[in-house]
Amino acid sequence: MMDNKMIVEGSLETSDKGFAFYGRLPYYRGLGLSMIEDIQITVDGDLIPREDVRFHVRGKTYTLDQMETVYDDRWNFGEKAKIIAMKAGGLPAGDHRIEFAVRMRVSYLPFVPTTKDTKVLALAA
Amino acid sequence: MAIKRGVSLYSFQNETFQNKMSLEDCIRTCAEMGANGIEIIGEQTFWGWPEVGVEDAAIENWHQLIAKYDCVPVSHDFMLDYKRYKGREMPFDEQVASVKKDIDFGARLGMKYIRALVSIAPEVLVAAAPHAEEKGIKILIEVHAPLHFDHPWIIRHAECFEKSGSDALGFLPDMGMFLHAFPPVWKEKFMRVGVPQHIADYIEKAYADRVLSEYVILNVQQMGGVGPAIAMAETLRHNAAFEPKRMLDYMPRIHNIHGKFYEMTADYVEPSIPYDEIVKVLQQGGYDGYICSEYEGNRWIEDMMEPDSVEQVRRQQVMLANLLGEPTPQLRAAA
Repeated sequence: MMDNKMIVEGSLETSDKGFAFYGRLPYYRGLGLSMIEDIQITVDGDLIPREDVRFHVRGKTYTLDQMETVYDDRWNFGEKAKIIAMKAGGLPAGDHRIEFAVRMRVSYLPFVPTTKDTKVLALAA
Repeated sequence: MAIKRGVSLYSFQNETFQNKMSLEDCIRTCAEMGANGIEIIGEQTFWGWPEVGVEDAAIENWHQLIAKYDCVPVSHDFMLDYKRYKGREMPFDEQVASVKKDIDFGARLGMKYIRALVSIAPEVLVAAAPHAEEKGIKILIEVHAPLHFDHPWIIRHAECFEKSGSDALGFLPDMGMFLHAFPPVWKEKFMRVGVPQHIADYIEKAYADRVLSEYVILNVQQMGGVGPAIAMAETLRHNAAFEPKRMLDYMPRIHNIHGKFYEMTADYVEPSIPYDEIVKVLQQGGYDGYICSEYEGNRWIEDMMEPDSVEQVRRQQVMLANLLGEPTPQLRAAA
């Protein structure tokens, strides 16, 4: 659900250290951060290594490994979190195909869902 | 006392997710439909719940809106994430403490009920029941497909509730367990992702004929079905046309109803759930609580159009008012 609303349109930005966009949790509620099992980002077909992904929300930045034991913060329903990919040099201007997949541990589900969105986002020159 | 109409704000998730409707918009919309019972999923409506907490100002705002639109808080649906810790289940005592926290949150919101998900162990709810009694709250386990009132897991809950002697424990049946026809919006979605017409038609017909899910899955494989065709057949494992009259044995413990629906047509019909029969059974059983609309068609159509959740809920409320013998609600014209 909400698959096609995960990547926020027009939110791609870049710097010397990497690039970032806003992402939303594809779910009808929020989740405590410890239940976000994985976030995968690919840009123009290249997968960003897990250790280079950062999750930033309300002034705090976490690695994915750190998030696994965060029990006092949440990714709220519909909340736009900044999804950061550390990538030296960032991205050149132009269109980029971004894939964003979230795997979450949901207590009542008899499986561990991964939900994915793909969008082409433009970076101004 | 008559059956009352309400809405779970879950129904408007597509709009609230995108900030297209505020909490006030949701409550006003329900009030305009004469559906004055308001049910929420606490952590959908209130950012921060449960891990961070919710400030008193947000709770005050809730009570002001409820009063402004002459509505009634019905249920706070809680989740209890017992898989919060990677690789180990939350210990029993911590689960009970978590439920008590949700009881307190429900009480802050003026709710009469809190909804427990069906996978929660009955012992956890029984242990939390004395606290619920103190706070004037009933904990209702949601009986939801694929579970149903004759399933051993639900019978185990019922037995535990009886043994506890507490009247703070009960049931919240989700009407999706009475799925008497394969929902057209499901079939259309599966066809959009590649299920061939003849296989989709076969599955729909097999559902109508009440064929065992495992036979249908095998037949679809033998028809050459792959991927989405198998997934479509597998929905029969998780859905079945159980009988609304199975609720009658449990009426003293049924205190809220999820009016699940996948689609309301322009002539006020839910093609897959038999609401005429459901309302008759509830009336026969002397039910006098709320039926809260729970629109879940959004996820089946969002790939091709923006759902109009308000119009869908409006149509269901017209249907419910008609079935309950109320005057048709005077609602805003369809936008």
